[in-house]
Amino acid sequence: MTDLRVVGGDLRPPAHGKRDLLSVADLTRGDVERLLATATSFGRSQERDNKKLPTLRGRLVLNVFYESSTRTSSSFELAAKRLSADTMTLKAAGSSVDKGESLKDTALTLAAYDPDVIVLRHPEVGAAAFVARLTDACVVNAGDGKHQHPTQALLDLYTMREAFGRLHGLQVAIVGDVAHSRVARSLVQALRLVGAEPILVGPPTLLPAGLAPTSHEIDAIADADVVYVLRMQRERMLEGANFVPSLREYTERWGITPERVRDGQRVMHPGPMNRGVEIDSRVADSEAALVVDQVRAGLIVRMAVLYDLLTTGPVAVETTVEVA
Amino acid sequence: MGAASLVIRGARVVDPVERIDRVLDVRLDAGVIAQLGDSVDANGHRVIEAAGRILAPAFVDPHVHLRTPGREDEETLATGAAAAAAGGYCAILAIPNTDPVVDDPELLRSLQARAAAEACIPIGFLAAITKGQDGAVLSELGALADAGAAGFTDDGRPVTSAGLMRRALQYNAVTGKPVAVHCEEPSLTRGGHAHAGQVAAELGLGGWPSLGESLMVARDVDLAAETGQHVHLMHLSARQSVEHLRRARAASAPVTAEATPHHLCLTDEAVRTLDPNLKMNPPLRAEEDRAALIDAVRDGTIAAIATDHAPHSREAKDVPFEAAPFGVTGLETAFAALYTYLVEPGVLALETVLERLSAGPAAIFGLDRPRIAVGAPANLTLIDPAASWRVKAERFYSRSSNSWLLGGRLHARIALTVAAGRLVHEL
Repeated sequence: MTDLRVVGGDLRPPAHGKRDLLSVADLTRGDVERLLATATSFGRSQERDNKKLPTLRGRLVLNVFYESSTRTSSSFELAAKRLSADTMTLKAAGSSVDKGESLKDTALTLAAYDPDVIVLRHPEVGAAAFVARLTDACVVNAGDGKHQHPTQALLDLYTMREAFGRLHGLQVAIVGDVAHSRVARSLVQALRLVGAEPILVGPPTLLPAGLAPTSHEIDAIADADVVYVLRMQRERMLEGANFVPSLREYTERWGITPERVRDGQRVMHPGPMNRGVEIDSRVADSEAALVVDQVRAGLIVRMAVLYDLLTTGPVAVETTVEVA
Repeated sequence: MGAASLVIRGARVVDPVERIDRVLDVRLDAGVIAQLGDSVDANGHRVIEAAGRILAPAFVDPHVHLRTPGREDEETLATGAAAAAAGGYCAILAIPNTDPVVDDPELLRSLQARAAAEACIPIGFLAAITKGQDGAVLSELGALADAGAAGFTDDGRPVTSAGLMRRALQYNAVTGKPVAVHCEEPSLTRGGHAHAGQVAAELGLGGWPSLGESLMVARDVDLAAETGQHVHLMHLSARQSVEHLRRARAASAPVTAEATPHHLCLTDEAVRTLDPNLKMNPPLRAEEDRAALIDAVRDGTIAAIATDHAPHSREAKDVPFEAAPFGVTGLETAFAALYTYLVEPGVLALETVLERLSAGPAAIFGLDRPRIAVGAPANLTLIDPAASWRVKAERFYSRSSNSWLLGGRLHARIALTVAAGRLVHEL
């Protein structure tokens, strides 16, 4: 008697050693589709009264945050808990980092607990890649300086797909301080992967060349399906930084006001918002805004990422056929 | 270690300046080239069978950070010299950005004395243009030259004041030594970690634009022309800088330049790995920049290849890319890198690389040219072009291992080096 395994719709990633999620650049279109599909199924599980799944029981997810965070750290922690993993969140403030411990030593110390996943946020470009080289744990980049924040891009794709029913061909205007934004860098790559079309809009001093088409005219958002508003990093807008002459001038020219949003457009923002600066409160609170949907998507997309890293991928449709 | 007496038999002897490229035997008597010919008599000397190998004038590196005094944990005069010998060098020039800065004749003399005692190859020392390299007060250029300074540089910290640089060049007429300049306009490069281009934009790294270099090159070549004083441009990286250099040389300005192996072999695409050993100043640039540098090396506009060997401790580089200091080592890999990346693929001729590593830099700094000729002191390197080797941290003679080639495989290896008549390296 032979067991013949028939696998349909096998979306499993290639089986190799340790996997990390450091950059959207490391993902294929297939990876993105698989992760969004997994997130969708987790979304359904979150509609039940008992929201907890046993999938990652006994696994350890460490969240290590060298920068402040509300959404990302809370959603990773909750995602791990909903999958029954043990989880712990360490903030740099109050830890040995205050005593001058290097990132290397902190990483090696935490690695001694044999975590399955280390989620890392750090102010320096390359921090996640650096820790990934030091540890056997899967490393998820939750933001390394201005470089990457891949789970944000994934949750943004998820939100857009829920709102529009498609991603291919979607026009997305990313507005504001692109230069200092890891969210924008990750999102542009993710949009390209799924056939959506990003355009960058904002002050010329804050739009790096070579990422996507750019415009410093706010009118360029008119054709977009999605207006993706970036957080204005106020410290960069102070006098002397000289990226823009003043916050007031920024808001006047590039702030997203109700007058600038046309019917049918949806507005997104990665948070935290500076109401009255990059986004008018009337827009933030309008039907067009998807900000709360993004937060909700953040939980299930991060569940999908943890699940994907720690299993061989989604459970494919698998049947065992007995052959006489 | 005494003067070498030996016979190197059957190597392909290549000295581009002496117009030699043929299989010859070479006999050294007490550190001097005594005979070149076919079937040279061993004369009782040790014989090195070198068929299939290349014997060339040993190399001269005008740009080496020896970290001494101040950071002897990163490099010492002895380890730096040993690394150089292993890379085929017979002489190197040390950069004065040490702690303390070499801006004082007594310090210079003490370093020279220590080098003579501790280092296996001759080391020359450049001195600082300004006291403490602070860009404010001129060092005693005359006294430093009298004490043996090979030239002057504030490398690592450009002289930002055009007026002070002009004054330094005018005054430097009393020494006749070259002024070597690190061309960087700090207001354009502040916060820069990688070439301001596509790769830095994607990686979110602060940009270090080509203009940050070329603007300063334009200034300094014009100052050289105006003062008539020799300016040597260090580690050029940008196409626009090469254009300024060409324009100045065409107008007979006294300007020379060097390029590093890493700028000739790599582009900023390599930075995508975020490996801190790919972070250097000036940064790796785009393919068009690399092509411009190669063209300039080929036609002699850039007359020297210099390593900018910059050792860093392990803990300094064991950090995320953005936190890492600039600089990579290069002495032990320079020739093999150039051979693997440029000579083997046919981009540069072997003779060109050998000349730019040896006679080129020697001429710029007024040093005796290593040459293969009867009666010349032996400064030779024997190269095994068929060797293939992996670059490993534990094999370096340098105290530091922050090589951009770590873990990589290179072709061609230095088998033996004779510097100032002494056998200083043998594989």
